[in-house]
Parts: sequence; C-alpha cells; structure tokens
Amino acid sequence: MPIIMILYYLITAYLVVLVAWNFIREKKKVEDLAQYLLVLIPLVLRILRIK
Amino acid sequence: MKRPGIVKALLIFLFFVLLIPGGLQLYRHRHFDIPVVAGPGVTRVVRLSDFGPGLKKTMADTPVYFLEGKEPGGKAILLSDTHANEPEGLLATLLILENAVVEKGTLIIIPQFNHSASRNTRPGDGYPLYFKISTDWGLKKFRMGNRDASPLDQWPDPDVYIHYPDRQLLSYIDVRNVNRTWPGRPDGPLMEKVTFAAMEIMRREKVDIAVDIHGAETMFPVTNCIVAPEKSIRIATMAALTVKAKEGFDSHVEPSPSGFRGLSHREIGDYSDTLPFLLEAPIPFLDQPTGPKTEKFLLDGKDPFLLSLARKKKLFVPYDASGWPLEKRVGQHCSVTLEILRQYSKKNPERSILVRDVPRYAEIVQNGVGRYFHDPAWADKDKIYLN
Repeated sequence: MPIIMILYYLITAYLVVLVAWNFIREKKKVEDLAQYLLVLIPLVLRILRIK
Repeated sequence: MKRPGIVKALLIFLFFVLLIPGGLQLYRHRHFDIPVVAGPGVTRVVRLSDFGPGLKKTMADTPVYFLEGKEPGGKAILLSDTHANEPEGLLATLLILENAVVEKGTLIIIPQFNHSASRNTRPGDGYPLYFKISTDWGLKKFRMGNRDASPLDQWPDPDVYIHYPDRQLLSYIDVRNVNRTWPGRPDGPLMEKVTFAAMEIMRREKVDIAVDIHGAETMFPVTNCIVAPEKSIRIATMAALTVKAKEGFDSHVEPSPSGFRGLSHREIGDYSDTLPFLLEAPIPFLDQPTGPKTEKFLLDGKDPFLLSLARKKKLFVPYDASGWPLEKRVGQHCSVTLEILRQYSKKNPERSILVRDVPRYAEIVQNGVGRYFHDPAWADKDKIYLN
C-alpha cells in the first residue's frame, strides 16, 4: 500500500474518532446524534476496506 | 433531550442495522469469483503481473489467457472489462475463451482488464450487484462492476489527473479509468501499471492487433462503432462494410481523435507497432434518462423513456420496443472481432490469425449467450479458473 494511501487511512481514522467523540459529548439534539452516525457509515466502511 | 443514554443506544443499534447488512453485501460482491472454464484452445494462463511486477499481490492483477495455434502466425490481444459496467465485452471474450480453437497464430485474452473495477460497485446509481445469464445447465452468475477501479485499491484521487506522458489535464476520476491511463508507466498510479503491463505484453509478444471491447450509451454519439486510429482505419472500414453486407448489422467506423490522450485506440498505436481497435455496442442501461437500473433492463435493454426519446430522434442508434438485448451486443462484438482478424489475415498472410468455433452474430442472437458457456460442475478441475 503506498504511503499516501496509508496517510489517508490515518486521516479517516482521525475523523472517525472526532465524530465519535462529538456523538459521545452531545446531550441535547437528537438530530445531531443521528447525523454523526450517518457521517460515520462511509468512514467506517472505508477503514474496514469494504467500500 | 430526555434520557440521552437510551436515545444514543437506539441510534447506535440503528447504525449497526444499516452498516452490517449493507457492508456484508458489498464485502461478498468484492470477493465473489466467477468460474471460467478454459476452452480447448487455451494453451497457457499467466498473470498480468508477469509483465508488470508492480501489480503483484494487488487487486489489479488478473489472468491472461493464451490460445496458441499449431502453426505460427500473427498475434491478437482481446481486452474486456476495461469498463467493468459494460458486460457485453466480458461476455464476448469469455465466450471466445471457452469455445475458440486457434489454428494459426495466437490469441491473448484478458477478460477482466480492470480487475479492481470488476470488484467495485456503483450503488449511487442503483446498479444491481450481480446479473445472471440463462444457460443449458442453469443460471451463470456474474459480478456487475463499475467503470473505474475501486478506491480501496487506488486512493486518493488527485484534484486533476495529469496524463503521462502527454501531461494533458483530465478529470480527477480518470486516474482510476484504465481507458485514460494508456500507455502507462511501471511506477505510476495502479491503473497506469495495468496499462503499462498490457503494453509490455504487446511489445514483448510482438502483438499485431489489439481489440478493446466496450459498450456505450444510445445517447452518446460514439456508439455502435469501431474506433480506430489512422493506422487501423483501413481494416476497421473493411470489417464494418463486411459485417453490414454479410450479417446485416451496423457498426460504423469512428476515427480516433489524436488530441484526446490516454485512450487505448490512440496510445497503443502511438507507443507500439500494434494496430488498435475499440469496439462499442449500444447499452441502454448506461443511459441517464431511463427507468430503474434493474438486472432485466441490463439484459434486454428495453426502456420506455428511451423509446420516447427515440421517437423524438434523440438517440444515435435505431431503437424500438425490442430494446437492445444482450445477445445482439455480444453477437456484434464476436462478429466484428472475427472480421477484424479475418481482414488483417487477408492483408498479411504470413501473420494471419485463424480462429474457428466462435459463434457469430446470427447464431448468438438465435441461441442466446448462455448456450456457449460450459458447466464448471462437469469440467476438469484444472480447466477452471476463478476470476
């Protein structure tokens, strides 16, 4: 796997952590909670090398 | 928000309900293999990475089948799944692979040229993940691929793809489109390595003819045709005139534009002694203003919206209620390929390529494509290759 591709996987993993952290901290808006999880789907699929 | 813990638990449950079934379908598609029964003409099978070491252990590596005649002669290479969402090319080359006997010369066949794309999906357009062909022994199942290689195999895309070596600026997505990355280089992006390996086959094996088999939209002007550069155009014209006169279908000749870089019909001719040809058959499934992209539509090519557009003369091919079925598309490709080989052999008897037992247009339209595929359950195990 080329280095640039590995870097992009690391960036994706970092974004997953950020979004998950926001999901954990959110206490007020259900809409925001749902949106965090929707955003997570493609990121998780990429990290798992499914899509 | 009341009881945030319960709300979050419910949302996480929904997240996994979406992620797991969807992800499993995509995972299974990427790892689904099509059994190919090597026909009586196949003499050896190698890998594309044997000609481009940069492809070893990547999803872009793919089998290369050699069908060598007893008599030496010319050599032709057939490529399909350059765009893996145009399955008539794949079916035409597999049909040739499973049935052809080469009497003189050599046929080299790469059925899944963009192997990564053949394991990629296009859910945004609602494409089916698979399609099935009816045969005498049951249904044969194929993966439906995508036009471009999977980002799992080549990522990230650049903002603009700078073609090598001409430095023409192309769309970012074309970096994963093997019909924009010719002639390639050994240390470029993965798709450039794929085209470089194919160029190496042509240079090392001294290939005379390259046929790259595609499908194109009915609303796209370059459809139902043979695209050929200056050096191939005489043979393409003779092939087009002959199939029109003898077999009754149209496949006109389109000149390869010299200013549009990266395409097989341009770069193969410019960077080797091989004569390139690119075949297009109309595939209504790829048009945009259609109904749902179902497996049935992929196979029969029937669509009421296209029919309405045909009445308004907006299509570049004749189109009626019979659609444009797969049998016609595969039949055209087989006949035009055979005719190109015949015309080349007539002009170059010492480099002729003689192939028998490949059905032509009328037979395929009458019998269906599935008639010509062999049952892997009854074939010798050493004849079966999983693509």
